[in-house]
Amino acid sequence: MTTLQAVFDKARAEDRAALVGYLPAGFPTKDGAVAAATAMVEAGCDVIEIGLPYSDPLMDGPTIQDAVHRSLINGTRIADVMRTVEGVAKSGAATLVMTYWNPIDRYGVERFARDLANAGGVGTITPDLTPEESEPWLAASKEAGIDTVFLVAPSSPDERIVRVAACCTGFVYAASLMGVTGARETVGAAAEGLVKRTRAHTGLPVCVGLGVGNGAQAAEVAAYADGVIVGSAFIRRLLDAPDEKSGLAAVRELASELARGVRR
Amino acid sequence: MTPAEEPVITPADLAGGGVRGDDPDAHGKFGRFGGRYVPEALIPALDEVAAEYEKAKTDLGFIREFDHLLRTYAGRPTTLTEVPRFAAHAGGARILLKREDLTHTGAHKINNVLGQALLTKRLGKRRVIAETGAGQHGVATATAAALMGLECVIYMGAVDCERQALNVARMKLLGATVVPVTNGSQTLKDAINEAFRDWVTNVDHTHYLFGTVAGPHPFPEIVRDFARIIGVEARRQVLELTGRLPDAVCAAVGGGSNAIGVFHAFMEDRDVKLYGYEAGGRGLETGEHALTLTEGSVGVLHGSRTYVLQDEEGQTIESHSISAGLDYPGVGPEHAWLKDTGRAVYEGVTDAEAMEAFALLARTEGIIPAIESSHALAGALRLGRELGPEAVILVNLSGRGDKDMGTAMNYFNL
Ligand SMILES: Cc1ncc(COP(=O)(O)O)c(C=O)c1O
Repeated sequence: MTTLQAVFDKARAEDRAALVGYLPAGFPTKDGAVAAATAMVEAGCDVIEIGLPYSDPLMDGPTIQDAVHRSLINGTRIADVMRTVEGVAKSGAATLVMTYWNPIDRYGVERFARDLANAGGVGTITPDLTPEESEPWLAASKEAGIDTVFLVAPSSPDERIVRVAACCTGFVYAASLMGVTGARETVGAAAEGLVKRTRAHTGLPVCVGLGVGNGAQAAEVAAYADGVIVGSAFIRRLLDAPDEKSGLAAVRELASELARGVRR
Repeated sequence: MTPAEEPVITPADLAGGGVRGDDPDAHGKFGRFGGRYVPEALIPALDEVAAEYEKAKTDLGFIREFDHLLRTYAGRPTTLTEVPRFAAHAGGARILLKREDLTHTGAHKINNVLGQALLTKRLGKRRVIAETGAGQHGVATATAAALMGLECVIYMGAVDCERQALNVARMKLLGATVVPVTNGSQTLKDAINEAFRDWVTNVDHTHYLFGTVAGPHPFPEIVRDFARIIGVEARRQVLELTGRLPDAVCAAVGGGSNAIGVFHAFMEDRDVKLYGYEAGGRGLETGEHALTLTEGSVGVLHGSRTYVLQDEEGQTIESHSISAGLDYPGVGPEHAWLKDTGRAVYEGVTDAEAMEAFALLARTEGIIPAIESSHALAGALRLGRELGPEAVILVNLSGRGDKDMGTAMNYFNL
């Protein structure tokens, strides 16, 4: 199992940023998600976030909403998410689960942390869990030996950054812009400043996500962040592909373009 | 002061002057319910709204302005109407209706909207967004936006746009942009998701004018306080009319704003029973209902810990109700808390029971209620038969039924 710590140590030794890819479990199919994520790792992703499909994804833009909706129609359950993590972890990437809070809450915090660790998962990203409500999850994650990643945003004042960073292990997720997930023409101008402000309060790596979709943007972000997170752009490739084979090829191509970007 | 100038609201009515023992704690918790489960990007905006409201609620200037709008624009105080011909079907108990249907725009939603619109101006924001189910909150928001010169965008499920078409037209006429939401169940829940997505993108110049006592802190507290006037007036009016407090207070519960609004002034009156009626839809056994408090389980939806209709893995289950305003799989956290403490009792009323009460009030009293409010009326009929002819029952008639004529025409083959 590759830990986040190992990923960032390696990237630092190679003087580059880490590449983080996102895909929801069960999309385009249950096995297809493992195949696509594995292709992403083979082409250069260091970390994979497996999304837990949720009925009310209020932080996500149309692309991820669409993929998640299809996944739920495919009948994706938490057991499938765990199986996906297990399959992807075999590829050698550090594998996380990104999820809204309610599915963990309902499944049981200890049970979820334990099952994720047993599946070879190294942690979670929880975009709607605030530090105020995080106590039970931090305790369960610590017990299970998995990392907890929380988000900071351009709107976060320094006191909040301190508070959020204190809940994080592994890395801090910096949202590049005010908005929902989805590839954009340009990466948010606020991202660099946010990374700087976050670094002033934590020794953890800081990764930037939201709106990154091509090699040039990856290179731009890699110049100031420890990691570059890409989600919607991968999903777009899969949605636009006429069949599974060309989808895999397209995802592989994007991952290598991004991998070159973070090494520029 | 002439009677017309007599204030309908005092600082104590709004802020409670320390007499309310039931405010949420600093994290917005009512017991184990409430709180904030939202993207970190929104925390500063929620903090800003909470801080501004803290200042406003004891600011006499703000209260005066709110009071002025409630009296001269919304039409407060609303009257209390006794409905004996209707009550004859409820075992002869006395039934008194709090007439929120007579407010400007036709539902209790205007109270909260005027308060939050004033707050929007204090926050220096120029754009408001809102979700709406029945369209009443959307109409009220569009109305206040027109009055105060704010830009206004309303999110409404596509299913609701169709069944409340009249309200869509009203909002457009008032200058609002109405965005039909086509994902998920295409009802209120999905409209809220879409409004949050807009808010996180435009939060620097936009206030999310939340329409019910759900959502993240401080919305449950703010919306309650602005709706509180309903119960404050009604309590005084029932005392004047009957010389005593009612035995029971009935209200429909969607997100819970009209219910908390009428309940709250009675919270310390331990002998007054509080009844909330949820939408039983086509019946519990069909699975097509919105029985969040009575059949749901504790979870997190739309930023708040509360009762939710969800499966065993936390996926929201789609609700159903003939009334768009009650068609919601969540509920305000204070109601969750009132249920757990036993202070309020929640029951279901089916589509069929509600439509029967809807038609009965029209025929016996010449009042056409909103289908949402008809759930409370059906509850009062049931309760009257239980409590007997000595009982006095206050019902919050939260809105009028004009918007529901399409549904009624189909339902009754009119
Ligand atoms: C007339 C009327 N009553 C009740 C409701 C339900 O909302 P709440 O439970 O917040 O009062 C609505 C919502 O649209 C409404 O229009």
